[in-house]
Amino acid sequence: MPMIQLMNIEKHFAGQTVVHPLSLTIREGEFLTLLGPSGCGKTTILRMIAGFEQPTVGEIFLDGKDVTELPANKRDLNLVFQHYALFPHMTVEQNIQFGLKMKKIDAAEQKERIGEAIRLTQLTPLAKRYPHQLSGGQQQRVAIARAIANKPRVLLLDEPLGALDLQLRKNLQAELKQLQRSLGITFVYVTHDQEEAMMMSDRIVIMNNGKIEQIGTPKEIYNRPQTLFAATFIGENNVFHEAERMFAIRPEKLKAVRDREQKAKRKGIIQDIVYLGNVHKLMVHLNDEQTTVSICLDFTDEDEWQIGQHIGVDWFDADEVNIGL
Amino acid sequence: MKKTKWLISPVVLWLSLFLILPMAIVVVISFLGRDEFGNLVIQFSLDNYARFFDSLYLGIYWDTIALSVLTTLICVLISYPLAYYIANAGPTRQKIWLLFITVPFWINFLIRTYAWVLLLRSQGVVNSFLMDIGIIDEPLKMLYTKGAVLLGMVYTFIPYMVLPIYVSLEQMDRKLLEAASDLGASRWRAFWHITLPQTKSGMMTGSVLVFVSTAGMYVVTDILGGSKSTMLSNIIQTQFLGARDWPFGAALSVIFAITSLVLIYLFNMALRSRHERSKEGRA
Ligand SMILES: Nc1ncnc2c1ncn2[C@@H]1O[C@H](COP(=O)(O)OP(=O)(O)OP(=O)(O)O)[C@@H](O)[C@H]1O
Ligand SMILES: [Mg+2]
Repeated sequence: MPMIQLMNIEKHFAGQTVVHPLSLTIREGEFLTLLGPSGCGKTTILRMIAGFEQPTVGEIFLDGKDVTELPANKRDLNLVFQHYALFPHMTVEQNIQFGLKMKKIDAAEQKERIGEAIRLTQLTPLAKRYPHQLSGGQQQRVAIARAIANKPRVLLLDEPLGALDLQLRKNLQAELKQLQRSLGITFVYVTHDQEEAMMMSDRIVIMNNGKIEQIGTPKEIYNRPQTLFAATFIGENNVFHEAERMFAIRPEKLKAVRDREQKAKRKGIIQDIVYLGNVHKLMVHLNDEQTTVSICLDFTDEDEWQIGQHIGVDWFDADEVNIGL
Repeated sequence: MKKTKWLISPVVLWLSLFLILPMAIVVVISFLGRDEFGNLVIQFSLDNYARFFDSLYLGIYWDTIALSVLTTLICVLISYPLAYYIANAGPTRQKIWLLFITVPFWINFLIRTYAWVLLLRSQGVVNSFLMDIGIIDEPLKMLYTKGAVLLGMVYTFIPYMVLPIYVSLEQMDRKLLEAASDLGASRWRAFWHITLPQTKSGMMTGSVLVFVSTAGMYVVTDILGGSKSTMLSNIIQTQFLGARDWPFGAALSVIFAITSLVLIYLFNMALRSRHERSKEGRA
């Protein structure tokens, strides 16, 4: 059941194409992440869905209805802004109440919904505080509480954890995922952090330069990247060029072959050895190609590798992932 | 050692020299007496304050407050839409408008005020025009009325209101309006619930500036108001320069300074929302 459909949308700013023609279907109840480097158009797409920007070309459907022309305040979805955009002159409670007041929901239900949103986001002791009296993580919760109190069909989140430190991010990532499961709301999440995307999403849309590179589950994207960009943007990858084709192989799928006589697909010299606790990595410069590949070996590897050592690099044909350009 | 350092700090010196000292002198003089030639007589007396409670002076006192409050209100009503328009205009237009608003400051204030005389008097530009096109047969009496004074005050002090409101509008985070819209607010409700509260500080600053300036202004009243519309500041001026009754003038000054402080305080309290107070509590 599609919740949001972007049909051939395109966005130009001052004659410059920021979002190239793209179509995307977001299913009801899924956690979909737009992932891509800075400036690739993630926020622009989110703002078009929210109604703050009009697509130059194309239509947007929300729950089967054409909302392309509908102003933001009439769309049944909510956006969690990157820097929260909390109302400074209102308490936590009043911030959460704002949307309910605008929708003229009766007082008893307002109270109930505010209470629920506050409980879900664990803000109970802070309800009477003003935003400037809260930490970054707490403000972030208020922004989410303010959005979910409206019981929207879709929640749009623009790098909601971007301003927080790593530890807090990790905690909130798990909390957000949990919240999405328990509410069953469709989440459209924007980030440029690939780990975050992998960990939270049902599906990931990889974007580059205003274009979609690939759409898929985290597993599909990791195992079967379709473009060079997708192959190298998520996780570490080794790209090989051969006469007519290009393919990628993950470091953990490469094998280091000690015996020089033994047949291997490539030959090279160990440039560096990196120990990372349970795994170690060999950085191998290939003889015939001007590239360095990385080979990831786990704890079962007992060999004594040395920098400067000549080795063979081998893999199974099945682990080659063909990529287009 | 520490104490002497504190005493010679430039700010303290500046403040005592130009603010506290003159104020103290005025307060002291207000309790003195004077002889028939207008010389100060060193004594302690409350007579100067007692004289204020004459109905003549009380009437003028209330007139002054009323005029200042009215001027402030009209300035807010005109300035807010203007500032709002400027803040939302394109960058070039903003610059032009701000220039328009500050241009009057470059022209001598007396000349600008006399220009109003030319416009408003019986054979003035406005009356001639209205008679020419046949709307009126006799010239309207506009000059030397309370209305003329009000007009002059509003004209003079409007930039003091527009600029602070403009600044507060400029400083407001526009994302807040998007957030309001996202939460279902129409443009008007977003303005009412977000923009207006967020720009209170600008209105507050402008209002204090306009109120205090109007209450202290005697030139506009002199030129446009004639003899009938006397303000407290005119009386104070006369006491110091004409009547040579410094103690009475000083007493009136003290009374008006206190009145202004009280009004500004009340106004502040009324306008300030709870969150701003809580901010101070935290700082
Ligand atoms: N209002 C605008 N006017 C002109 N150009 C714009 C406007 N908004 C965005 N752009 C341009 O569109 C491109 C995409 O911007 P967008 O904000 O969507 O990127 P993003 O993927 O969200 O990046 P980030 O991760 O840095 O937030 C950028 O090159 C940006 O300069
Ligand atoms: Mg962005």
